[in-house]
Amino acid sequence: MGIITLFTGTVVTEVETTVSAVIEVENVSFSYGDTQAVEDVSLTVPEGTFLGLIGPNGSGKTTLLHLMIGLRTPDSGNIRLFGQPAAEFEAGERIGYVSQRSTDRGETMPVSVRETVLMGRFAHAGHNRITDEDRAIVDDALERVGIRDLENRSISALSGGQRQRTFIARALASEADLLALDEPTVGVDAESRTEFYDLLDELNQEGITILLIEHDVDILTEHVDNIACLNQRLYHHGDTVSFLESDAIAAAYGPSSRVIAHNHP
Amino acid sequence: MKRLRHALEGVGLGITVLLALFALSFIALDWMRHLPGFVGSVGTDGFFQVTDWGQSLDELFGTNVFQHTFTLRSFSTGILIAIVGPLVGTFLVHRQMALIGETLAHTAFAGVAVGVLATGLTGISATSDNLVFAALIVSALAALGLQWLTAHTDSYGDVPIAIVLTGSFAVGTLLISWGRNITPIPVDTEDFLFGSLAIVSSGGTRLVGVLTIVVVGLVIVNYKQFLFITFDEQAARVARVNVSAYNSLLIVMTAVVVVGAMQILGVILVAGLLVIPSAAASQIGVTFKETLVLSVIIGQISVLSGLWFAIAASVPPGGSIIVAAIVIYLFAVLVSDRAIGQISVH
Repeated sequence: MGIITLFTGTVVTEVETTVSAVIEVENVSFSYGDTQAVEDVSLTVPEGTFLGLIGPNGSGKTTLLHLMIGLRTPDSGNIRLFGQPAAEFEAGERIGYVSQRSTDRGETMPVSVRETVLMGRFAHAGHNRITDEDRAIVDDALERVGIRDLENRSISALSGGQRQRTFIARALASEADLLALDEPTVGVDAESRTEFYDLLDELNQEGITILLIEHDVDILTEHVDNIACLNQRLYHHGDTVSFLESDAIAAAYGPSSRVIAHNHP
Repeated sequence: MKRLRHALEGVGLGITVLLALFALSFIALDWMRHLPGFVGSVGTDGFFQVTDWGQSLDELFGTNVFQHTFTLRSFSTGILIAIVGPLVGTFLVHRQMALIGETLAHTAFAGVAVGVLATGLTGISATSDNLVFAALIVSALAALGLQWLTAHTDSYGDVPIAIVLTGSFAVGTLLISWGRNITPIPVDTEDFLFGSLAIVSSGGTRLVGVLTIVVVGLVIVNYKQFLFITFDEQAARVARVNVSAYNSLLIVMTAVVVVGAMQILGVILVAGLLVIPSAAASQIGVTFKETLVLSVIIGQISVLSGLWFAIAASVPPGGSIIVAAIVIYLFAVLVSDRAIGQISVH
């Protein structure tokens, strides 16, 4: 919780800001055996941020995302999720997570759209029965992403775009405050992708904090308001404008990168 | 069409539940009749009532099957393993752990071998009851060991599976040969390899009765968690589901089911009951719940028709059950539009 101190003449007023940090990363390092993946990264994600994580392949983006949501524990440094140490964070329903791997099973496993979205309620229900309230929330989530008419279809019968919507609906059904998305639009056609990002913008405007890994720097900079540019170390963290003006991407990707030409025509 | 399908599934599930209730009651009566006092006399009365009904059925069909205790035991065991096998198997198949069943069956064989050796050394009689019990313990321990191994190697790799599978069988053959030199073994180990109606003892049947109640209960209570970790393990982890605990539970349940089903199907074929009905059901099912129900119904049809053929033709039931299941699987592939859809997609 940040505290702003206002000096008004001789009167000192302390105003607690309403914007609190969803994630605080402090000097975090992580390695797979001898391979350093994330090195001494510090960054804070305030509530309501739409943060894009970019960096070359193997730069530790996914690892950092996993560290931030508590899927991995750092070798050194601290991570706080909603103000709690990430390792002790138990309110799983507050985080919606969608990765490329989320859709893997959908190819062969017979699971309906509705069943998938209902999984968003599982963290709330625990071992209790699914209630009518849970079902109503699932209905709303399906409605929201526009796939209510597909609810009885098997996931395997959906297009890539519809499948992504299903997973976003699952995150909505969990009433998550934080969405963590790891390249969610791989294999999705351009039109659905635009719709998908428009939906993310809407959700972000409603106050949901979003972490996004996306390969396409153009589409990323168009939607997110903050960017963390990473290659093991954090090369830049700030709003999108400052990122585009900086040379962080050249530094992170190396001098011969094609991405530079792509972004600085 | 869809309504007809749901109606058929409902009828199939209803019949399965009735069969299960019959099987559990018969197993309970078979156990009660050996108890002293009032319970014993109720058990005895009930038990002979059932065999009387069996005799009437035999007269009706002109058969010589239902009046015998050992066939009733086989059918009761068969009905129950046809429920728990596909139930556990459906989760395994979609966790891409289909070979775990096969591996645990082989460790169960090592367990039988340990039982043979232990009974030989201690002088306890090597009844199939005792051997099944030994298999249960060794297989459950192996399941936990396998779970530990995979947790520390981060995947259900083919290599650790192949090593444990062949390794436990190797140890099993060594122990049995060694045990034979110490003491004559009254149980034919071939029965454990290929399954037999003769090794379905009252103890083994009772074990299946208890494990059915426990496994079905655990799946019902933890259904949401099992579905979540099966479908999207990482998201389940993010939602703070204790994935490794549920993995351990699933794998130990598998070990127990495998040992129960092994009595009828044999070590070599038992994994088929876990995998094939689930694979067939997954061709047809739209929702996961429907797939679970279908897998249990398909398991039931396979086991009952397989047992019937085995008794009629005097062959080990394992082979006929698995062949019946594969016939249904092929039929499911033929009628399923999914297979065609998937071929056209890829």
